[in-house]
Amino acid sequence: MGYRAVRFYQTGSFAVGNRLVGSEDRSVQSATRRNNSLSSGHRACQGCGEALGARYVLDAAMEATAGQMVAVNATGCLEVFSTPYPETSWRVPWLHSLFGNAPAVATGVAAAFKAKGRTDVRVVGQAGDGGTVDIGFGCLSGMFERNDDVLFVCYDNEAYMNTGVQRSSATPPAARTATTEAIGDALGNAFGQGKNLPLLAVAHEIPYVATATISELHDLEYKVHRAMTMRGARYLHVFVPCPLGWGSATHDTVRLARLAKETGLFPVFEAEHGEITGVAKIRRRLPVEDYLRLQGRYRHLFEPVARPDVVARIQQLADRNIRRFGLLDGDAENDGHGGACSSPDAARTGEPAP
Amino acid sequence: MTMLKPFAVTLDVGSSLANKTGSWRVERPVYVDRLSPCNDACPAGENVQRWLYLAEEGAYQDAWRAVVEDNPMPAVMGRVCYHPCETACNRAQLDEAVGINAVERFLGDEAIRRGWELPPCGPFSGKRVLVVGAGPAGLSAAYHLRRLGHAVSMYDEGAAPGGMMRYGIPRYRLPREALDAEIERILSLGVELRTGHRVADAVAAMEADGFDAVFLAVGAETSKRAYIPAGDTARVLDAIGLLHAVEDGAAPFVGRRVAVYGGGDTAMDAARTARRLGATDAVVVYRRTRDRMPAHDVEVEEAAEEGVQLRWLSTVKAVNGTSLVLERMVLDHDGFPQPTGEVEELQADSLVLALGQQSDLSLVAGDSDIAVRDGVVAVGPDMMTGHPGIFAGGDMVPAERTVTTAIGHGKRAARHIDGWLRGSSWEPPARHELAGPSVLNTWYYDDAPRSLRPRLEQARRASTFDEVVQGLEEPTALFEARRCLSCGNCFECDNCFGVCPDNAVVKLGPGARYAIDYDYCKGCGMCAQECPCGAIRMEPEVV
Repeated sequence: MGYRAVRFYQTGSFAVGNRLVGSEDRSVQSATRRNNSLSSGHRACQGCGEALGARYVLDAAMEATAGQMVAVNATGCLEVFSTPYPETSWRVPWLHSLFGNAPAVATGVAAAFKAKGRTDVRVVGQAGDGGTVDIGFGCLSGMFERNDDVLFVCYDNEAYMNTGVQRSSATPPAARTATTEAIGDALGNAFGQGKNLPLLAVAHEIPYVATATISELHDLEYKVHRAMTMRGARYLHVFVPCPLGWGSATHDTVRLARLAKETGLFPVFEAEHGEITGVAKIRRRLPVEDYLRLQGRYRHLFEPVARPDVVARIQQLADRNIRRFGLLDGDAENDGHGGACSSPDAARTGEPAP
Repeated sequence: MTMLKPFAVTLDVGSSLANKTGSWRVERPVYVDRLSPCNDACPAGENVQRWLYLAEEGAYQDAWRAVVEDNPMPAVMGRVCYHPCETACNRAQLDEAVGINAVERFLGDEAIRRGWELPPCGPFSGKRVLVVGAGPAGLSAAYHLRRLGHAVSMYDEGAAPGGMMRYGIPRYRLPREALDAEIERILSLGVELRTGHRVADAVAAMEADGFDAVFLAVGAETSKRAYIPAGDTARVLDAIGLLHAVEDGAAPFVGRRVAVYGGGDTAMDAARTARRLGATDAVVVYRRTRDRMPAHDVEVEEAAEEGVQLRWLSTVKAVNGTSLVLERMVLDHDGFPQPTGEVEELQADSLVLALGQQSDLSLVAGDSDIAVRDGVVAVGPDMMTGHPGIFAGGDMVPAERTVTTAIGHGKRAARHIDGWLRGSSWEPPARHELAGPSVLNTWYYDDAPRSLRPRLEQARRASTFDEVVQGLEEPTALFEARRCLSCGNCFECDNCFGVCPDNAVVKLGPGARYAIDYDYCKGCGMCAQECPCGAIRMEPEVV
């Protein structure tokens, strides 16, 4: 199980491509023939993690389905920045209806293809965290419960960015948003609220649930391919930093995704039929402060008055994830390589042990 | 084009490609080649990063060709260089430095084994150059001058070419098969060599034989002496003489207990040679401390491994038969050793003096244009002495005295001589900005510990002149080459192509790298941030 982790060729499987390995061990994104499902000219902000994540996911899905695929989009940044009338950035068949009904529309599209006998055409639904975790949740839960043949992808940037950075139920504790301002005694979003949608999806016991980040491309592409080999309801939760909403530098988007995973704040795992089957180990464990300090939405934890107590609470959340998901080295499935779900018999491809 | 449109739709479908988001940009990414620390540190001016890049692909012959662009003797260099490249290597901050020296030796040995030939010489320039001294500087200069199209005659006082590589570096560090093969390859380019030919006067030689230019590289082969009161029965040798005699097959009797006085590489070599000649005790006596020793660490370590003992803070006051009188020293505030008056005895059948070497500069003594300062010849930045057309390099000019530096001198001198002969001047190309550790994104490099070179077993080291440090097998050399981070130079990992949220990076194909599509690049800087090797720089957009 897992992508074939290549070792020692300078960058192993960490980089997008690798001129020293065969094409089968490179990512879809490294190929000039990639679909570029979301093409240039879209109006996403500089350094948009969601634009990057959507291209990563849909290019991998197009590859896995040999181009026989329809995407259904909820309202949100992704829809707005890609389709200002009459332009479109999409190079896939693409459908948008409302904010909250994308999972239901995707179900309908899948049912329509089934009725037409076109079982070769696959359906991918996609939305931001608002459209998935809050507004679309009823439809999504129904889609899961009926085991409709849809891969639903949530691009999680942890707030309603399109409408001006309002809190969603995916917003993490202590984060500043327009509706959880850090003013006076208030320290941003409350602790102990919100939803963990990947675990809610696991609780539906659907065939496949996975989380991924835009910093671990080989892992993300593997999960899309894996999902497309299955039928029934599948859910992929992709962590996509947002420079605008998070107050981070535009060049730090991938770096923040990497830090979220390496600190343990965002556990990367996969599950089948209600059971967790693999986790991506932390390669270089880091304190959450390294992640928080890069983001304006946490600035109130460091200035004008430092709040190490709050940082410590966030660290506790990371430590809990590490414990709960077994994210550190030393567990049975780990090969110390950091690649998600990479198997212990990861390819050594003829390289000798020194 | 008109087509029937649905209700309330008035415009045709367009692509967002019409929206040139490049106009948002305030900074632009630019591909750069930065100077890798290994290249920066190499005294021979090798493009280490480049030849490692080629070796990584298994293209060993191409890699070797890239080495010999600068240095015609990689098999020698891969053995005797003190590899400042590895000291500078950025990978040392990640795990351990790349074993550059070992890979270079692998390439050098591979070239000898497979009979790869040096690149052809340029068309004959009509100029003739005399090279005095067939050591590393002279051989390097001869090679580069031949490639630039000049006729080269090389005169050397010794019986065989190689200079200190032959008469100063023992066989257990540099087997003569490798040395001879690489010298022969240079000579086969058409260098006229006269051994056993001493040049007494450089200017006279230049004029008598009608040379257009001269490169002096006579080295520093004369041992410095120190006055030590010694009785008639005392056996006092000098280190260079000892090493030279061993090379000539006329090793002197050194006895069972040998003391070596000095702290440089030659002292270590003398002590290790003494062990191989049968000495059970070889003691190096040095007046300062280990950290102030001029000998390179690797030499000291290997000597210690072979049972050579080291005695710090001691000077030799006198020799009485088989007993040395040593005086204890202390370091003063400036780090200079000061006598304490305390003496002790050390039993030794012979004393080898390794107090440094100097150049025999009698061949320029008659020319007032050529300035000699502190025992070395003064040269300009173009390596020319005060006498037009006479250049000098290697150990006889002010510089670090290593084979690598000498090979670098030979190359630089050849280029300046070429410029001078053609009535112009050679300007070294501008150096790129240094690729220090801060430009790297080391996340992307796999964890890979360094491969060690096997060493000869201890028993054979103490008794034979077999080579101590062995070479790498091909798979290990490949592994080691692939540990290179390619600092500052694109190695086509596709990260920029992958991480651009705007598809604004164009992949140009193998070997051709990438280009930025500035029509759509928004200037977010992600490509530069996620580039593992620092080959992209963000520059302010000029409005």
